Amino acid sequence: MTHFSAFSLLKNALSGHKGWREQWPDSQPKAEYDVVIVGAGGHGLGAAYYLAKEHGITRVAVIDKGWLGGGNTGRNTTIIRSNYLYDESARLYDHALDLWEDLSQELNYNVMYSKRGVMMLAHNVHDVQSFQRHIHSNRLNGVDNRWLTPEEAKAFCPPLDISPRRRYPVMGAALQKRAGTARHDAVAWGYARAAAARGVDIIQNCAVTAIRRGPDGAVTGVETTKGFIRARKVAVSAAGNTSVVLESAGLRMPLESFPLQALVSEPVKPIFPCVVMSNSVHAYISQSDKGELVIGSGTDQYVSYSQRGGLPLIEHTVAAICEVFPIFRRMRMLRKWGGIVDVTPDRSPILGKLPIPGLYVNCGWGTGGFKATPGAGHLLAWTVAKDEPHPINAPFTLERFTTGRLIDEAAAAAVAH
Amino acid sequence: MLLIRCPYCEEDLPEAEFAYAGEAHIARPADPMALSDEEWRDYLFIRSNPRGTHFERWRHIHGCGRFFNAVRDTVSDKFRMTYKAGLPRPDLSAAKEAAE
Ligand SMILES: [Zn+2]
Repeated sequence: MTHFSAFSLLKNALSGHKGWREQWPDSQPKAEYDVVIVGAGGHGLGAAYYLAKEHGITRVAVIDKGWLGGGNTGRNTTIIRSNYLYDESARLYDHALDLWEDLSQELNYNVMYSKRGVMMLAHNVHDVQSFQRHIHSNRLNGVDNRWLTPEEAKAFCPPLDISPRRRYPVMGAALQKRAGTARHDAVAWGYARAAAARGVDIIQNCAVTAIRRGPDGAVTGVETTKGFIRARKVAVSAAGNTSVVLESAGLRMPLESFPLQALVSEPVKPIFPCVVMSNSVHAYISQSDKGELVIGSGTDQYVSYSQRGGLPLIEHTVAAICEVFPIFRRMRMLRKWGGIVDVTPDRSPILGKLPIPGLYVNCGWGTGGFKATPGAGHLLAWTVAKDEPHPINAPFTLERFTTGRLIDEAAAAAVAH
Repeated sequence: MLLIRCPYCEEDLPEAEFAYAGEAHIARPADPMALSDEEWRDYLFIRSNPRGTHFERWRHIHGCGRFFNAVRDTVSDKFRMTYKAGLPRPDLSAAKEAAE
């Protein structure tokens, strides 16, 4: 594997950048692996990397029906934060945030993690009380989050209009300074490159059509469009397609798949220094390093696999942005797209073992999976390698929907994950 | 923008007039006290979530206000038919033959 450094950059610059080599091979499936991971997004590739690096399991294949990072990993708005209300969620997302801190060094690949701060606007008394409750809860859990007055919010994000005469006045804000953004494609590529360097096969354009089980009920492998692949451990990390993949193993999941849309404006000079979310008016916005304003909100209302979504939601989203940031009213939007997110009834993920021996799942991240990428990969690898959950993901079982021990972030956390 | 036919108003109307209301034909348990934890889980939380034909409820919230059922393809988002609440799950192969 090429080691990236200032020196290698300089050397290649002097030779006209003609010396760069392919960073990982386009592998074809072997007959058998120790572990097959279904879904080559950031989570699945991360799991493969940590399986190889921390557990010494290198006979691993990551299989995807499309190209790596072509699903929700490449379709999100790249926001990273961990200010979740409940103890279980705070630990889960803060674990990911800890791994984000030095991910670029870990992978020798610049994922452009930028701790620019995520600010959530409070527009009414309910918002103020609910955010302050979040802040207290976060601080008890050691999670960075603080309250800002309207003036402090304006100082942190100058485009903000804090005039009290606005339809949705800014009454304060919750700021997580450690939160921010990262370049989502680089996360997938960095994990793919580092995993492949440790012997992991990344098999693209190969759809898993069924999970096969032996007479004892345990997993024996996966049927794919490139033939049967034997494996005694299969981990499904397929986001919106999880229900479809697991149905072939005889499992019905508490999941529904919805389109989550995002859009970007034409690129402009730096104007927006942080990430701002407004849960009451319902939209969030940041500026990419290319200069585009990156905008999103909630999911479409109906179950769909279209990766497109409807225009009424885009209209609602830009209306919200124009209301909170009148400065952007004449900004032209460049393109929009959708990703299919799998949503659980309690809006918390399912990450752990399934009732079928040898089968593991990482799903249900809903609208908030990108921020968890390193954590989800790390914990999925642990769970697969040891055949038991890590203490951090132990509460996030499928069984909680039978026992009633839900982690109900739906009612408590921000609508926009 | 989806166009949705309300089977009560008998008109094709824009999506903005309607609210989605989840999977259709999930019957509330007749004898709730007799249900096991697994049966409660299935009733409350498990959804079919298919990639393809989906039976679902909608409500004509900015119109007649009534709930009805629809059959929609979740890949193309195209509606195959809508029908009144309370009617049984339609036999799609029969509906297809009748249309031909
Ligand atoms: Zn109607």
